[in-house]
Formats: sequence, C-alpha cells, structure tokens
Amino acid sequence: MLDRRAFVKSLLADRGGLLVVPGLGSATYDVAAAGDHPLNFYLWGAMGGTAMIGLGLALARPDRRVAVITGDGDMLMGIGSLATIGVKQPDNLVIVVLDNAHYGETGMQASATAHGIDLAAVALGCRFRHARSVSRIEEATDVRALLHDGKGPILINARIAATDEARVLPLRNGHAIKQRFMAALNAL
Amino acid sequence: MSLNTVATSETTKMENAWTDAIYAQFRRVGIRQVGYVPDAGHSRLIALCRDDPHIADVVLTTEEEGVGLVAGAALGGERAALLMQSSGVGNCVNMFSLLRNCGFACVVLVTMRGEFGEFNPWQVPMGAMTEEVLRLAGFLTYRIEDEGDVEPIVGAGCDMAFDGDLQVAILLSQRLIGRKQWTR
Repeated sequence: MLDRRAFVKSLLADRGGLLVVPGLGSATYDVAAAGDHPLNFYLWGAMGGTAMIGLGLALARPDRRVAVITGDGDMLMGIGSLATIGVKQPDNLVIVVLDNAHYGETGMQASATAHGIDLAAVALGCRFRHARSVSRIEEATDVRALLHDGKGPILINARIAATDEARVLPLRNGHAIKQRFMAALNAL
Repeated sequence: MSLNTVATSETTKMENAWTDAIYAQFRRVGIRQVGYVPDAGHSRLIALCRDDPHIADVVLTTEEEGVGLVAGAALGGERAALLMQSSGVGNCVNMFSLLRNCGFACVVLVTMRGEFGEFNPWQVPMGAMTEEVLRLAGFLTYRIEDEGDVEPIVGAGCDMAFDGDLQVAILLSQRLIGRKQWTR
C-alpha cells in the first residue's frame, strides 16, 4: 500500500508545464500538500466530474499534458466518463486514481473497490491504451514518466493506505482558482 | 441519422432551417467542443457537428459529464456547447454548481419533451420543471417557439454566455421541433 502524500509528491516532482486537475476531498489536499501551483485546478465539489474536466482540457490543449488525480469515490461516480474518454482517445490525458477503497471525507465507509471492483480493468474495457494498478512507491517514477510522456488515455489505479492525513487546504474561491490557472496556462 | 436520409417533407425543411440557424451561430462564435447525449430532436445538429473538423463532438454517457467537459474546455481556452433533452437537465443539477462557482460560460440547447401533445406521460414531470430547474441552477433561460426566433435568440444567448461568463439555456419547444412520431 502506498503512502498517498509521498506518492503524489513523487508524481508532481519537477512537474514543468503539467496541468493538474485534482478531485474533491483528499486528492485536492494531497496535490496541495505536494506544493501549491497555479496549474492546479483544485476541485472542492463537482463530484464525479473530475475526469471530464480533464477531457475538456486535454481536447482544448493537445499541446499540453493533463493529469487528473482523484479518489476512487469520485471516479466511481463518474465511471461512465471512462467510456466517454475511451471514445475520444486523448493521447495527452492520464488519470491517477488514489484508491483507498473508502470514502475518506464522510467517515471511511467502504467503496465499491473494497469489494473487488477494478477501475484499471474498467479503463481497459473502455479502450484506454494503458491501465494498471500500482502499490509500491518504487513505481512512482514510472507513473510520473507516464504523466509526462505516456500515450494516453492512461489510467493508473494507485492502491493507497486508508490513512487520515492532515488537511492541507488550498484556494477555495472557484473564480480565483480558474483565473489563476488560465493566466498561468496562457503564460506557458 | 445520416444527412443522406433527410427527406423533403415540410417538417424536415423546417427542422433543417432551425438546425442550420443554430449551427451557423456555433460557427460564428467559434464553438470548438460539443457534448451531447443523443436525442432525436438534436440529431441533425449532432450530425453537422460531427462532420465539422473544427468541432470535437463528444458523446456523453450522461448529461452531467458535459458540464465537466465545458469547464475543462474553458480552462483550456475553448468554447463548448451542450445539447440535451429536457430529461437530461435533471441529471446535471449538482454539477451545474461548478459553472457558477467558477464563472464558466456555458450554452445549453435543450430539446423539450413532455409538453405540447406529448404522447409519453413519463416525459411530463421533468419536462414541466425543466425551465424552473435551470433558473434555480443559475441559468438565464430563453424559450423558442418559432423558427424565426432561432437565429436571434441563439446568437444573443451565445454572446451573453461567452462575453460575460454566464450560463445560458435555450429551450427548443416541442412545438418547434415537432412531436415525436410513435408510429412508423
């Protein structure tokens, strides 16, 4: 099992122009804990929509790499979007699911992945070019390389320990997050 | 539906006219992504978008995916529009919060069901609340009954949305799009 904070920090090391869309809750805190960055479009809501925001962004900016980093609960809620993404085959989109098999924000109730539902297998069924699960920190280097160079769509299901980390709260005003992101993207 | 199957009945000519008017506005304002759940009323517009190399057409498994698509497109500097049936509006309600929270421009074209001679009573509850739901969710709503209003209203709606980062929904009434034919 992975330490979620260490794993996400490794993925975002020397991130360059990587565009990052973290899903609501712990994924947003993990990405913020790795270091605030204007190219993070933090979500505080829109549960189930994270992967689709990634798709819209990836289609709009085929010259840039897009990383969706989200939890298993968000990905399960938006599971149909894996089919939608599979149809469009964006080669610049990577989804990393931080899968602790629980709903961390609401009291650690078990999610479907606790019962053997395999999001990497779903992604392969949805014509993702590459999808697999990882559970060792040594694999973070490979996953980071996929974020920057892998031909998408890719889904990495990262099996993380079901720990309760300190909350690291980034910007919360949606307009401010959007404007900061767009200004940074335009300046690249 | 292939464009080749388009017949020459008066109904079809009328459908072509309002569809062409919407498509022309999409081209004028530079829509680059169109998300949709297939719908009979939108079928010709979907075909036009699919055939346009300047537009990425995204077939959605459920309408709320389109809200995320619009937000992502806007972050990347592209304009997007959504096509859905009135029933799909109900699927989007929580996701619409994303548009308001961040001020993302959004244009939604809604083909109405559940009104004006609707044959299927299962369409009526959502159809009857569609406009009110959109308003509660923060949308400006414009309803079109007559073909001649399509160009000015869709044009004005697109301008308001994209110039002001507003959410605009345009309801295409069942009277405009025609009743669904249940016998064939």
